[in-house]
Amino acid sequence: MIQFYNVSKVYDNGVKAVSDLTLHIKKGEFVFLVGASGAGKSTLIKLIFREELPTRGQVMFNGKNIIRMKNREVPHMRRKIGMVFQDFRLLSQKTAAENVAFALEITGTSGKEIKRIVPEVLEQVGLKDKGNLLPNQMSGGEQQRVCIARAIVNNPLLIIADEPTGNLDPGTSWEIMKLFQDINRRGTTILMATHDSEIVDNMKKRVIALSNGCVVRDEESGVYRCEL
Amino acid sequence: MGCTAVNFNTIKYFFREAFHSLIRNSWLSISSVGIVTVSLIILGASLLLVVNAEKLAQSVESSVEITAFLEESVGTVDRDELAEKIKSNPEVDTVEFVSKEQALREMKESFGERADILESLEESNPLPDAFRVKTKQAAAVPATAQKIEEMTGIEQVRYGQGVVEKLLNVTRWVRYASLATLTMLTLAAVFIIATTIRMSVFARRREIGIMKILGATNWFVRFPFVLEGIVLGLTGGLIAVLVVDLAYLSLMDKLKISLPFIQLVSEPRTILYILGSMLGLGVLIGALGSWFSLRKFLKV
Repeated sequence: MIQFYNVSKVYDNGVKAVSDLTLHIKKGEFVFLVGASGAGKSTLIKLIFREELPTRGQVMFNGKNIIRMKNREVPHMRRKIGMVFQDFRLLSQKTAAENVAFALEITGTSGKEIKRIVPEVLEQVGLKDKGNLLPNQMSGGEQQRVCIARAIVNNPLLIIADEPTGNLDPGTSWEIMKLFQDINRRGTTILMATHDSEIVDNMKKRVIALSNGCVVRDEESGVYRCEL
Repeated sequence: MGCTAVNFNTIKYFFREAFHSLIRNSWLSISSVGIVTVSLIILGASLLLVVNAEKLAQSVESSVEITAFLEESVGTVDRDELAEKIKSNPEVDTVEFVSKEQALREMKESFGERADILESLEESNPLPDAFRVKTKQAAAVPATAQKIEEMTGIEQVRYGQGVVEKLLNVTRWVRYASLATLTMLTLAAVFIIATTIRMSVFARRREIGIMKILGATNWFVRFPFVLEGIVLGLTGGLIAVLVVDLAYLSLMDKLKISLPFIQLVSEPRTILYILGSMLGLGVLIGALGSWFSLRKFLKV
């Protein structure tokens, strides 16, 4: 589903974020992306999302070369990717339900469809009765659930989560991880950047470790740090 | 999915979103409308001022005429020939013959109650026959006067030499000044309104970023903003038009009573043009301002 071929990214200010990276992620996988700050995790995510273009190399998503993709095709590609952030990025003036509905409005879904789908998705993430609350009336865990609901409402092929538990306490983090696992079981590929070693060690999923823009470790059922 | 064409659900969303955002950001909306209104009022008022100054300049210029005095010896036949000759100049608009009798009568009229001073002139009228010549363009007066003076049978030409040149200078500068003022005021209005819209877009850059992350096309992000800009421009424009129109009408009424000799421009067509261009400018700036302010934030 995602292929990186010899990808390098040097930012305009000369910072070398990713160097000669080759990487494959198959459909339905659950992948942790670990590494210190500045190791290149965020750049990798931005490259998949085509927020940044690589200096060298090619990136494929869902069988399409996204580097050669025309600008006007980008929004349609992005609709196949659900994004989940550490800081949630919800619209603060809209209720939970409206935030989820927003993602559907962008794809031109009819009002009737939206009214049907939104409660279903809210129920799926465990916010059945909280649809009318504004983000600042909700706990961090609840806001993250809204963010996840918004990410999955358009049935994406891939969910990219950038430190989704970074702002949450351990208990809440686990509930969120269960939710991701549920989504993954339904066939959605998940790529998650995280610093949470406990989660990585317990989930026993594929782990890709980055350091200085290179893959230093890539193992199935991996752990956060390899003791040497 | 592919490239979705314009979708009815999306259009509904655009109008709802623009309306909601105007309400949600009501403080910013009100101040934007206020700024549009004030800028357009200043612009509209100056436009009216300029139009009136132009009218005044025109009426001053049209009162400029050449008086060409004939030599005593010129007879009726020669006189007609001369008139034709003057008229053949393309700059000349009208040629009117003023006989010595008529000249005296007019002189008496201008003396009013003290016309008896001129009694003695009745028997041997010393005033010459003359042509009163009007040119199409006031600026052509000095050159035309010169040409007429060179014709045989013309003794002397008068057109207020010196004064006319100064007057023409003044009206020319009035025109330049109005043009410069209008240009600067239009630019100022455009910049102020565009900056206001930029602020409102800047206040919502987070929202725009989220929309782009959710896979919104640039058009989808842009349209509600442009619609919002149009509504702001239209509202501000309408208020400005109303204020300027009412103020101008009441000014005309007041001047009619207190200063009846000042004639303000009152053709409905001209006023309609001015008010219409104020409104059009408001809408245009609203739409374009939103469009350009967004460009920077769409690059995600």
